[in-house]
Amino acid sequence: MATQQSTIPSVSIQDLTVSYSTVYGRVRALNSVSLDIQRGESISIVGESGCGKSTLGHSIVRLLAPNAKYDSGKIELEGKDVIKMKGHELSRMRGLDAFMIFQDPLNSLNPVKRVDIQLLEALRTRYKMEGKPFVEEEAYKEAEDKLTDVRMPDPEKIMTRYPHQLSGGQIQRVVISMGLLMRPKLLIADEPTSALDVTIQAQVLMLLRELQRTYRMSIIFITHDINVAYAVSDRMIVMYAGEVVESNPSEQLVRNALHPYAQALIKSVPRTTKKEGRLTAIAGSPPNMLHPPAGCRFHPRCPYVMDICKVKSPPPVKMEGGAVVRCFLHGGTDS
Amino acid sequence: MAEPIVETRGLKKYFKATKSGLLESIFRRKIPYVKAVDNVNLTVAPGEVLALVGESGSGKTTLGRLIATLELPTDGQVVFDGKVVDKKNKKDIRKDIQMVFQNPYESLDPRGTVRSIVTEPLMRRHLSRSDVSSRFGSVLSSVGLESGFAERHPRDLSGGQRQRVAVARAIISSPKLIVLDEPTSALDASVQSQVLNLLVELRNQLDFSYLYITHNIATARYISDRVATMYAGQIVELGPTEKVMGSPKHPYTQALLKSVPTLDNKEVAAPTGEVPSLVNLPEGCRYNPRCPYVMDVCRTTDPGMRKAEDEDVSCWLFK
Repeated sequence: MATQQSTIPSVSIQDLTVSYSTVYGRVRALNSVSLDIQRGESISIVGESGCGKSTLGHSIVRLLAPNAKYDSGKIELEGKDVIKMKGHELSRMRGLDAFMIFQDPLNSLNPVKRVDIQLLEALRTRYKMEGKPFVEEEAYKEAEDKLTDVRMPDPEKIMTRYPHQLSGGQIQRVVISMGLLMRPKLLIADEPTSALDVTIQAQVLMLLRELQRTYRMSIIFITHDINVAYAVSDRMIVMYAGEVVESNPSEQLVRNALHPYAQALIKSVPRTTKKEGRLTAIAGSPPNMLHPPAGCRFHPRCPYVMDICKVKSPPPVKMEGGAVVRCFLHGGTDS
Repeated sequence: MAEPIVETRGLKKYFKATKSGLLESIFRRKIPYVKAVDNVNLTVAPGEVLALVGESGSGKTTLGRLIATLELPTDGQVVFDGKVVDKKNKKDIRKDIQMVFQNPYESLDPRGTVRSIVTEPLMRRHLSRSDVSSRFGSVLSSVGLESGFAERHPRDLSGGQRQRVAVARAIISSPKLIVLDEPTSALDASVQSQVLNLLVELRNQLDFSYLYITHNIATARYISDRVATMYAGQIVELGPTEKVMGSPKHPYTQALLKSVPTLDNKEVAAPTGEVPSLVNLPEGCRYNPRCPYVMDVCRTTDPGMRKAEDEDVSCWLFK
């Protein structure tokens, strides 16, 4: 990206550390995470369960669990510091600046309001923001069309239902269409398609791509499915044990991952048949986050482990082609 | 070809779509039925891995449950190892069939220990305690768990370990067939490949067949010898894995494969149209309202299964 302008990034995260207090002690779910997302860029965050990818998504919209604490660092969304935001600033930010689709959608809708009322509410907010007059019929039509776009059968019936009358997959599609209707500057989607069928997933992925292109929306797509991540994003972020270990344009990451953990993740995706040999699995298990290993957190499972990995945490190293990797194999030993 | 381990003949399973009460019988109202499985003919050979793929609601889980004798068919037969399954002999036949379910967080008794969960299928087999204990030891090591796990509870285990326990439980009674219903979809990518490797290894060591039910095309391609695609209660394509995955014949299989993102194909395309309601199925071929190659004959007459090279396809495009 030679034509990098001096515009501010959509999201800028610097040295973010978040911890949860539990009965066993404080667990650092994120450990000095730094990340920039440009306007109109779509990134995905991949990693195993418990690596902190959902915590990262939640911390951007300030929706962390009550036992979580921002220990240090800074999150800037459209140039505004999220961690310092107060009451009504926060509710302005959520929805229009950043919209989050959760993995478990059942609690995302208001249980005592009909679907149409909730979708119109979203549209009213957007129209107000754009300074357009709100015409109910027009808005109703737009909401119904959006439900058709996400492959909802009988959208006119669904509009008059209450959330408890819908299945999990249907609720997820209502929430996704609400996100699409709001046209936020940043859309954070936490495993939005795990509850959906592959054909509907394909439709949602296509819609997200389209929205990103048409409205220059930034997308953070959190998933453990590397295939989906590759299909939806320009850049992939690999997280391990609360740290970003590699950030690399999707094409490069899939063809030529730099970090040993990222390599192992890509290799573990089945692409062959059993006649062509075993699948590669990652040896060992994810670390206990209460007592993460010293040095590089991946070193107990790493096939290329060196002495320095056991004592020192590797710093982020900028590589050619826009990649950033934290691994001593790629430099950083001298600093 | 060897005698199949399971054969289904014209298998049907209909569920009532509404409650039928007194009023319905007085007025002789027609009761709507959900045709979850409709006229399925299928065989699984000994030692074979057959994958069943399709969208949710295509009837693949119901077909799996029928084959595992957990449901009795509305019409048609399941023949297991030469015997027709009926009410009387299903308990006997069931000893040779085991199932592994999707969610290992829910399918294991939370109060049991690994030992009690895994050895439960042996309880009514009149085996001596030392026999049970030695079999337990050997299956535990063949699924790659250390003996230290024996007295632990499911809550102490990770997702991958739990699914290993579920697999150990399935193989301890040396069944002839294991029905795997989405065994890896609740697991992380790296753990998924461990479980798939384990399943393939076990199949190579011991002699049983798998019916692998999934919507995950990549894992189906990896593990299976043959693939059956299900659509709206029927099998629309059945053939060797390389053929079905490499050059799918049925328009639905083609659309399904195109909608799955892979590391080799970034551009996904969703099929047009809606999954039909299983209560009011379209006339003729069930895929005709969504099919890009639809012809007149498709709207009126069901194509039935026809041979196309070494595959079976239910489509008028193949004469």
